[in-house]
Amino acid sequence: MNTPIFKVIKPGLQTTVQDLGRYGFREYGVSPSGAMDSYSLQMGNLLVGNVLGEAALEAPLIGPVLLALHDISIAISGGNFTPEINNQEVPLWKSIVIKKGQTLSFGSIKEGANTYISVAGGIHVPQVLNSKSTYLTGGFGGLDGRALIEEDILYGKPSIRRNRFLHSKFIPEYKSPLFVRIIAGPHKDAFTPLGFETFLTGEYIISSQSNRMGFQLSGPKIEHSSTADIISDAIPLGGIQVPSSGQPIILMAEHQTTGGYSRIGSVISTDIPLLAQAKPGTRIRFKEISLHAAQKLVIESRNRIKYLDWISRS
Amino acid sequence: MCIEIVPLGDCAITITFGNRIDERLHQQIQQFLHLFRRSKVVGVFESVPAYTSISIFYDPTIITYSQLEKEVFSTYKFALETPQIDSIVYKIPVYYGGTTGPDLRFIADYNKMSEQEVINLHANKEYLIHMIGFVPGFPYLGGLSPKIASPRLEKPRPKIAAGSVGIGGKQTGIYPAEVPSGWRIIGITPLRLFDIENENPSLLSAGNYVTFQPVVYEEFLSLKERVATKKYEILTYKKGG
Repeated sequence: MNTPIFKVIKPGLQTTVQDLGRYGFREYGVSPSGAMDSYSLQMGNLLVGNVLGEAALEAPLIGPVLLALHDISIAISGGNFTPEINNQEVPLWKSIVIKKGQTLSFGSIKEGANTYISVAGGIHVPQVLNSKSTYLTGGFGGLDGRALIEEDILYGKPSIRRNRFLHSKFIPEYKSPLFVRIIAGPHKDAFTPLGFETFLTGEYIISSQSNRMGFQLSGPKIEHSSTADIISDAIPLGGIQVPSSGQPIILMAEHQTTGGYSRIGSVISTDIPLLAQAKPGTRIRFKEISLHAAQKLVIESRNRIKYLDWISRS
Repeated sequence: MCIEIVPLGDCAITITFGNRIDERLHQQIQQFLHLFRRSKVVGVFESVPAYTSISIFYDPTIITYSQLEKEVFSTYKFALETPQIDSIVYKIPVYYGGTTGPDLRFIADYNKMSEQEVINLHANKEYLIHMIGFVPGFPYLGGLSPKIASPRLEKPRPKIAAGSVGIGGKQTGIYPAEVPSGWRIIGITPLRLFDIENENPSLLSAGNYVTFQPVVYEEFLSLKERVATKKYEILTYKKGG
C-alpha cells in the first residue's frame, strides 16, 4: 500500500528523486544519473533503516518546503541548509520524526551544495530501466522525469524507526579550497607537459554554470598539444574534459555517456561525494594519485559503508 | 593489429582498437564485444562501444585492473579468429523537406544541386551505426556522401522536434528527443528511437545499419499514428542479404 507522505509546498531550486543510479543502458546513451553525493544518500538511508540504495530527495542549494501527510522518520544528510520542522532547527545526520501536519523547510546554506532527505520506507516512484533516479535530460525516472513542483504528492510506506545518529567521525567536512584527487588520462597526450602541469598546480573555481551534468571550472588555461577534439568515446563519472577554451569541466552524475572533448583526468570515485558538495565559488586544486591508490580507497570506503550498514542492523 | 588498454577513472578501462573511423575496425570492435559479453566476466557491469574503442565499466572491489586486463587480452586473441557478426539494416521512413526539414533547401544550394538530388544521395544507402550516445538512442552514423556534407548552423536551434534527421559537417543522424541542435535538419521520421516502455528502450544498436526511405507527408502521418498506438514494427533486413 502506498501512502501519501509529503505534499510539496515549495519545490526548491531543483529537487529530484535519486537513488544510486541507472546502470546497463550506457551503450544506448542513457546517463547513469543517480545521487550527486552517493555517500550522503546512503548514510541518510541507513539512518532511517532503509536499504542503502533506496531513493531519497536531492535538493541543490535551495531546499524544498514539504508538508508531512503522515507521521514518519526522516533523516537529512549532506549539505547543511539549516533544516527546520515548524521553524525549529533540526539536526543533520540523525533520524528524526516529523508528525502529520508539520512542515519541513530549509533556510540559508551553512555548508555543502546538495542536501538529502531520506524517508523511512523509501519514496514510491516507478522503477524505470531498473532505477528510481530522475534523469532530467532524458525526461524519465523519478517523478515523471522532472524536478518536484508545487502541489506534488510524494508516496511511500511511512514508518517510525528507532532513533539513530551517525558518529561524527563519519560525517564529512566540506572545505574550500577542496583538494580533489585524480587519475591522469585517458587523453593525457592531447595536452602539452606545461598544460598538464598547469592543471595540477593551478587553482580552479566552480562557476555558477554548474549543474547535475557537470561542473564548469574557471582558472589557468590548460594548453592542448594540438586540437581539443578527440574521436568520441565513453565518459566516466568524474571525467575532466577540456574544450579548446582550456577551462575544464568535471562530468557529474547526469553526464552524457559519450563525448568528443579530450579528457585530462578523472576524479577518483571516493572524492566524488565531496566534490558534489562544493557549491559555485568553491576553489579546487587537483592532485594526481595512482590507479592502485585510488582503487584501495574505493575498497576502504565500500568496506566502511558495509560495516556501518552491518552494525546498524545488528 | 594490437589494442591499447588505459584506465578510465578508477572503475573503467578504455580499449582502443585503432585511430581511424572505419568499418573494418568497427567489425573488430563488434567481434570483441560479442565475445567479451558472452564470457560474463564477474565484476563487469557494462560495456560501451564507440568509434574506435570500447569502454568497460567494472567494480574494483570485485575484479582488479590487472585481472580485467588479462581477460581483455585473452578475449582479443579469440575475437580475431571468430567469424564476422551478422548485422541487420533498419529501414527508417523519412519525410524530407517541408516545415519539418527546413534546411533541405540550404543543403541543396550549398552543394549546388536540387533538393531531390540531396534526398537521393541521403536515402537508399546503408549507414553503419558506430555508437549510440549524446542523448538516449541517438545513433552516430558513418557513411554520409561527402557531396551533401554541410556546415553546422552558426547559432544552434534551442529545440528541434523528436525524430528530426539532420546533417552536421560530415555526419548525419536522427534525434530521438526534443533537444538543442546546430545540425541542418532535412527531414523527420515518425519512428520513436527511444521508448522506456520497451524492454530494450533503444530502437537502434551499434554494429547494425540504417537506411532512410523517403515517404510522402500522408504516409508520414499515418505511420506516426501507427507508431503512437504501437501498431508499427520497424522493417529490417539482413545486411548483405
